[in-house]
Amino acid sequence: MKTLEELKAIRDRARDSVDLRRDNAGTRIVVGMATCGIAAGARPVMLAFVEEIARRGLKDVTVSQTGCIGMCRLEPMVEVYAPDKEKVTYVKLNPDMVGRIVAEHIVNGNIVSDYTIGAAE
Amino acid sequence: MDLFRAHVLVCGGTGCTSSGSAELIRRFEEQLELNGLEKEIKVVRTGCFGLCEAGPVVIVYPEGTFYSRVKPDDVNEIVAEHLIKGRQVQRLVYSAEKSQVATSLNQMQFYEKQKRIALRNCGVIDPENIDEYIAFDGYQALGKALTEMSREEVIDTVKKSGLRGRGGGGFPTGLKWEFAFKSAADQKFVCCNADEGDPGAFMDRSVLEGDPHAVLEAMAIAGYAIGASEGWIYVRAEYPIAVKRLYIAIEQAREYNLLGKGIFGTDFNFDINIRLGAGAFVCGEETALMTSIEGKRGEPRPRPPFPAVKGLFESPTILNNVETFANIPQILINGWEWFASMGTERSKGTKVFALGGKINNTGLVEIPMGTPLRDIIFDIGGGIPGGKAFKAVQTGGPSGGCIPSSLIDTPIEYDSLIAIGSMMGSGGMIVMDEDNCMVDIARFFLDFTVDESCGKCVPCRIGTRRMLEILERIVDGKGEEEDIPKLESLAKTIKATALCGLGQTAPNPVLSTLRYFRDEYEAHIKEKRCPAGHCQALLQYFITDKCVGCTKCARICPVGAITGKVKEHHVIDQAKCIKCGQCVENCRFNAIIKK
Repeated sequence: MKTLEELKAIRDRARDSVDLRRDNAGTRIVVGMATCGIAAGARPVMLAFVEEIARRGLKDVTVSQTGCIGMCRLEPMVEVYAPDKEKVTYVKLNPDMVGRIVAEHIVNGNIVSDYTIGAAE
Repeated sequence: MDLFRAHVLVCGGTGCTSSGSAELIRRFEEQLELNGLEKEIKVVRTGCFGLCEAGPVVIVYPEGTFYSRVKPDDVNEIVAEHLIKGRQVQRLVYSAEKSQVATSLNQMQFYEKQKRIALRNCGVIDPENIDEYIAFDGYQALGKALTEMSREEVIDTVKKSGLRGRGGGGFPTGLKWEFAFKSAADQKFVCCNADEGDPGAFMDRSVLEGDPHAVLEAMAIAGYAIGASEGWIYVRAEYPIAVKRLYIAIEQAREYNLLGKGIFGTDFNFDINIRLGAGAFVCGEETALMTSIEGKRGEPRPRPPFPAVKGLFESPTILNNVETFANIPQILINGWEWFASMGTERSKGTKVFALGGKINNTGLVEIPMGTPLRDIIFDIGGGIPGGKAFKAVQTGGPSGGCIPSSLIDTPIEYDSLIAIGSMMGSGGMIVMDEDNCMVDIARFFLDFTVDESCGKCVPCRIGTRRMLEILERIVDGKGEEEDIPKLESLAKTIKATALCGLGQTAPNPVLSTLRYFRDEYEAHIKEKRCPAGHCQALLQYFITDKCVGCTKCARICPVGAITGKVKEHHVIDQAKCIKCGQCVENCRFNAIIKK
């Protein structure tokens, strides 16, 4: 270690791997992963979210799962909880739709209305 | 670097390792691979979470779900339910009361009143991975000290923070550093006292196991401040996990050139050696510790000269405790004002305590100085098991004293504890309930000091032995009226004349119990009675009116001391009774009592 910058570089690199364990009050992306969700293809959707977030280096965003919320016919479903905002429910997702949700909703705060539960019904 | 969507943290501290956490890690890795999740979910072995009572402990992030007492067979369920389907396994989630289940770490009362500085990384990072320590701002303080601060500024910061030695005495750390800084010499040393010997104390072990780099970093900072290029860690060989992680940490720090020559491109060189102690209690005393590092028999020597002038290998040396060191990097990063804003006027920051004895949440807690004892025992510790009454708490190990229930609102800080006849010590806190006999507690601690006395000076070698003999007589029911004044006079003499801290503080457990529980001593001596019903020699078993004459006890009694006809009240012949307690255990009518 020759300089403080070198240390900071290691820190920034290593931080990504431990970010999950910090107290974060940021956005939560919750994927329905009950049997119905998994059968409808929730796993690739969830992985797409994880990859997209990693690719963009987004901080304070976590991906977690939840069980069945009863609308199995609309799976894979994903709910986005942003601090102080009402939750947004996306339905019938596939991995190709994930990029747009992250770009427009998670990063820029504009809900992708076409994919929401309201649009599907 | 791969991004994982979830982290499974498994405690790898000594407590949880002995309750089987290594097997849990193996099972998790196996199950994750089986389910094809190994790229999504990471398993991390961390240091101690503090709630050893509920071990082995597993925490799943990002939710922060706290699972306790996890068995290897539970792993499949956690993987299948929580990690695949996102449903917490409720039956394994830790809860203080069964009715209310805390779903996240932050909601748990055990952690709510704690403030973790020395333990900040314990249970959060992988102690065998230097990158994780760096990710949580590790080695920033060393970098800052070396590149931005003068040696005087470092010492000044530590002085102003008000940090005092966490090993027992409470000597101001900055002052100690300043003395060593001012001693002119070609060679100086930084020593770390990891010879934790108080019965029931294990906070230093947990820091070394959970966050070894914090200690290494602080030692390097101390080396820079006083002008030393060599550090020694004296750690007991009976802490194998801590020793292993220290070696790994030192190796990793050397690879990154955070130890070695020309650290951070400056001309500062520093390296650290480890010396394993064989477990003698006296080697926790500073002069004995240094003598032991030098390869000689671990015996104390008179001070002055103080180690800051003439310590290890006759050179100026500072010796700080593990927990003291663990605070240093944080003080440098956050500033002395931040540290000094916590705690009380003369005791700053936080202190780690090892809670043990008759308490629900056995484990490790870190609280701001000045927190009342009541909060520690009833809020964080969860109170006394089995609805028993709280009687006293012993702090400071064999050098400390007992605090009775009447003083439960005492704020915990160096000076208030000394004022009530105890001391902070290294932070062991043994809780006692109504069933503990205070005379026997004093006897227990004296028994320990007699065992551990190195024998160099007469007051400690012979004086403590005499005190122990008197105490043994009292609990045996052979105490005499003049025993109490005899104990007091011996205690006074030993305190005044013993060579080192071990002897000087050895009478404390006796003095403090005499001060607050004199009536118990008197009951033992005058009435030949143990009020707590603990001392076997003073107990008698009686059969009450509840006896229905089932004859079971008479048949069980190994010495035939119980007689009586069928369906009639039985009696115990006190002359024959050997007080084995078999009758009490076997009576189905709770008719036999001891008093």
